[in-house]
Amino acid sequence: MAERSTDFDAIVVGAGPAGSCAAIELARAGKSVLLIERGPFPGSKNMYGGVVYPRILDELIPQWWEEAPIQRWVTRRSTMIMTPTQALTIDFRSQNWAAPPYNGATAYRPDFDHWLANKATDAGAQLLCSTVVTGVLRDSAGNVTGVRTDRPDGDLTAKVVIACDGVNSFIAKEVGLYGKADASNYTLGVKETLALPKETIDERFGVRGREGVDIEVVGCTEGVNGGGFVYTNLDTVSLGVVLKLPKLAAQKKRPEEIIASFKKHPAIAPLIEGAELKEYSAHVIPEAGYKMFPKLVGPGLLVAGDAAALCLAAGIWLEGVNFAMASGMYAGRAAAQALTRGNTGPDGLKPYLTMLDTSFVLKDHQKLQEIPHLVLSDRVQNQYPGFIANIVERMFRVDNPTPKPGLRRILLEERKRAGIRWRDLLRDGRTGMKGFG
Amino acid sequence: MTAFRTDWGTISFDDRMATSEFRIHERAHIVVDGDACRGCSTQECVVACPARLFVPTSDGGVLFNYEQCFECGTCYLVCNTKGAISWNYPEGGHGIVFHQT
Repeated sequence: MAERSTDFDAIVVGAGPAGSCAAIELARAGKSVLLIERGPFPGSKNMYGGVVYPRILDELIPQWWEEAPIQRWVTRRSTMIMTPTQALTIDFRSQNWAAPPYNGATAYRPDFDHWLANKATDAGAQLLCSTVVTGVLRDSAGNVTGVRTDRPDGDLTAKVVIACDGVNSFIAKEVGLYGKADASNYTLGVKETLALPKETIDERFGVRGREGVDIEVVGCTEGVNGGGFVYTNLDTVSLGVVLKLPKLAAQKKRPEEIIASFKKHPAIAPLIEGAELKEYSAHVIPEAGYKMFPKLVGPGLLVAGDAAALCLAAGIWLEGVNFAMASGMYAGRAAAQALTRGNTGPDGLKPYLTMLDTSFVLKDHQKLQEIPHLVLSDRVQNQYPGFIANIVERMFRVDNPTPKPGLRRILLEERKRAGIRWRDLLRDGRTGMKGFG
Repeated sequence: MTAFRTDWGTISFDDRMATSEFRIHERAHIVVDGDACRGCSTQECVVACPARLFVPTSDGGVLFNYEQCFECGTCYLVCNTKGAISWNYPEGGHGIVFHQT
C-alpha cells in the first residue's frame, strides 16, 4: 500500500478492554492513535457477569492490582448443579488467591474499562467519547482507510483500523469478515446488581475484607439452555442468568421471570434475602467462541475482543475480558509493527494471527472448542442436573428399614429414570475429557 | 416450608427498568416495521427483549418503543422476519449508561 497522509496512524473503535489495550500498545510504540467510544465515557455501554482475570495486564501495567478498580478478589469458587428442589455444590477456597498476583476479581465494568482507557490516554492515545462509528471508509481496492462517525464532518482517516466494537461488531460485518449471523451462536445475559451491607455479604458468603465469591450454576434457567451466576462485589451482589437466544425466544418465560425463579431457589434465596435492586442490565454474549470466529484480519483492519467473538464460555471457565485485553494488545502490537514497516495491508497485519495462535487466546479456544456446545446441550442442561442430583440425594438418604442400595445400583437406576442413553453419556464424557483433559 | 422470604424481590417491571439510566435521544435508533410483524406468527422479540420493548397489539402487530433499550442486539438476532427491524446504535453519548461507582 502506498504511503498516504492520514489523520491518525491508527483508529481504534471501542474503548472497552480490547480497544484500550490496543491503544496502549500503539501509543507506547509512538504511533498516533485515536480511540473512539460511543458512550459518554469508556465502560458506560459495557456489562458482563462480574469476574475478570487480569494477569495478561502484567505485560502492560506492572503491579496493576495496586491501582485497578477491583471490588473483591475471588478466593472462593463454587460450581452448582441445580434442580427446582435440589442443589449440589462443589466449593473451592484458596487463600493463595487473596494475595498478588491474585486470580479472578470482581469489578464493575464502567469502573474497570474507564480505568483502562485512562491508561491509554496516559500513554498518549487520544480518546473521543460520545461518538458512534457508523461505517468504514474504503479505497477503490476495498482497503479500509478510516471510519465514518456521527459527528459533523465526521470522516476520519488512518492507515489501520482496529475494530473493538463489541459483540454486534457492525464493522466486522460491513467488511464481510463474518458469515451469516446465526442466533444460536449467541446468548443473552441479564443481571441484577443487588445491594446489601458489606458485613451481610461477608457473613452470608463466608468471606472477609476484599475476599469474594464466584458461584456458577447449571440447571437454574427453567429449561432454557443457559446458566446462572452469583458474584460478590463490596456492597452488592451481581446475580443473573445467561440464556441461549433461540431457546429463549421459543418459549414463554421472559428473562426477568427466569431471574426471579433463580432468586427464589432455596440455595440462592438466603444469600440475597432483603437485597435492593440497584441496577438491571443486559448484554449479548458471543457464546459459541471458536465455532463462530470471523476472519480476524481484513484489508487495513484488525478485529479484537467480543467483536472477534473471543469469549470463552466453557462451563467451569467463563472468561471474556482477559481475551479482549490480550487480543487488543496483540492487535495494537501487530498494527504498530506493520506501521513501522510501512505495510498495513493484509500481509503486513498477519502477524496478529501468529500472536493469537501462539498465546492462550487461540490455544484455549482451540482446546475447548467443543465445550460451549456441550455445556449448552439439552442433555447437560435438562437431563444431567437431575440425574446427578438424584444420585447424590439417594447416596445421602437414609431410607431405613430399606438397606442402602449401593452406588452402582443407584447409578443404573437413575440413568434409566433420567432416560439417558449410555451411548450419549459416553460421548459427552469423551467430549468433556477432550476439552478439559 | 419457605424458610426465607422471597417476596421482597418482587418489583414492577417499570421500577426494574427505572434502575437503569437511559439518556434518551429524540430520534429512534431502532425502527420496527409493524406491518412486517403482523405477518409474523412467532414474534420472538416479544419474549426475548430484556427491556420488554416489543408489545403485541390486538391486531396481530407489534408496538415498539426504543427509549429504554439496552442496545444488546437480541431483537435483531432472534427476528425471523426479514426487514422488520432496522437496528442502529443511538447517537453518540445517548442511550443506556451503566453505573459507575
